[in-house]
Amino acid sequence: MNPVDQAFRDHWGAVVAALVGYLGDFDLAEEAAQDAFATATVRWPTDGVPANPRAWLVTTARNRAIDRVRRDRRYEAKVLVLEADARRRSQEVESPVIRDERLELIFTCCHPALALDSQVALTLRTLGGLSTAQIARAFLVPEPTMAKRLVRAKHKIAAAGIPFRVPPSEALPGRLAAVLAVVYLIFNEGYSRRTGLAAEAIWLGRALAELLPDEPEVHGLYAMMIVHDSRNAARVRDGHLVLLDEQDRSDWDLAQVEDARAAFARACALGGNGPYVVQAAIALAHARQPRDWTHIAVLYGRLAQLTGSPVVELNRAVAIAEAEGAAAGLELTDHLALDDYPYFHTTRGELFARVGRDAEAAAAYRRALELLDDDHERARAARRLAELTGSAD
Amino acid sequence: MQYMLLIHQGTTPTPLDPEAWATLTEAQQQEIYAAYRDINETPGVTPGQGLQSPETATTVRVNGGATVTTDGPFVDTKESINGYLIYEAQDLDAAIALAAKIPAARLGGAIEIRPIMQW
Repeated sequence: MNPVDQAFRDHWGAVVAALVGYLGDFDLAEEAAQDAFATATVRWPTDGVPANPRAWLVTTARNRAIDRVRRDRRYEAKVLVLEADARRRSQEVESPVIRDERLELIFTCCHPALALDSQVALTLRTLGGLSTAQIARAFLVPEPTMAKRLVRAKHKIAAAGIPFRVPPSEALPGRLAAVLAVVYLIFNEGYSRRTGLAAEAIWLGRALAELLPDEPEVHGLYAMMIVHDSRNAARVRDGHLVLLDEQDRSDWDLAQVEDARAAFARACALGGNGPYVVQAAIALAHARQPRDWTHIAVLYGRLAQLTGSPVVELNRAVAIAEAEGAAAGLELTDHLALDDYPYFHTTRGELFARVGRDAEAAAAYRRALELLDDDHERARAARRLAELTGSAD
Repeated sequence: MQYMLLIHQGTTPTPLDPEAWATLTEAQQQEIYAAYRDINETPGVTPGQGLQSPETATTVRVNGGATVTTDGPFVDTKESINGYLIYEAQDLDAAIALAAKIPAARLGGAIEIRPIMQW
């Protein structure tokens, strides 16, 4: 990768963050950052890559911003503030310390006063450096719609006075949960539709782990994401998804699993037992051979307590079925309100079949077929139904 | 920054509805009065004037030059504005913290925070 592209990957977020802090304006900050990278593209091939690329980029961006601001009458008031600041900075030592303001930036992007869609788009744009077009494609939204979403979000931040800062400690747990939810959403989007977004989420997760090393849930989320990611090569065969049990484990990226174990250990050492840490534990437990289903059931139970999610209860029922037999698992699914969830019915179908209740199993698979979209999954359900009814239904 | 906090009582019991208000204990009622007192005395807050209940509202439109009035508020009675205050706050987080203290927010209503235009 050429040095400017590498610097873009490594420093875009930090440069934008520093400029938002400096200028108090997202649009100006992005333009200035783009100017700086454009300048780097021209200068670095001849002048060489600077020893501290981030500092070079931030300084260059600040200077570009001052130039822009001077030429634009809308920013007259700003010019005075910036020039005073520039005089102050020129008295600093030779290599200025660039404070890492990425945390301020991510908490601003993920402020609860912004709609979730906007939080996601803004995070990917300002921290991830994705273009509007790339974000639009990733979420199957027309580019003008995504562009408008970003404009509105930035406008809301300015108009409503969303502060550029890390929340105070009493607010931090809730606000951090919001940030992690955005990263998780990005990961799921990328994971389920196999776009490059999963890598973006993992990159954001890693940045968060650097910036908030004492937060166990951050390490938990990171661990969970990379365990799932480690199975990427094995997950798809002939264009369709392969169930965990049917995957070729030799295709799993073991280095990633080890990385996940280390992150999980850090989370546990910090006393973590929140939802992401538990999900990481579950993901890692599934990676072990043979699986300790009793332990997995306990973990799902804990997660169900934390989230109240019936899908988690369903997963727990599956673990109980593996540990204690299909009848025990089946009973746990009886009261779940998941009639519109196809995997509820495929699970019930499987469990009914295991205890010999074929008619109910067939009914469950029929219901599943009403709900399933994916061709391969439909084929699998249809096959099971045919086996149960002894005919091609 | 200046914000207007628009108070929607929703299903919150208020003194304007004596039957609903009576479902609260004396202590709960006193707690509500005290909360409003504290809020109105918070530095930066300009208390709003009291509004009579939404049933007393009249809504005006002009259609083709003719003034048309309707009995009641612009929106559903349950969703209407019942009060307001102005808050000069550091930033949105400060405004949110104050809004969360308004009894309506926890008793069945909601507070809308609207930044005021700065010319």
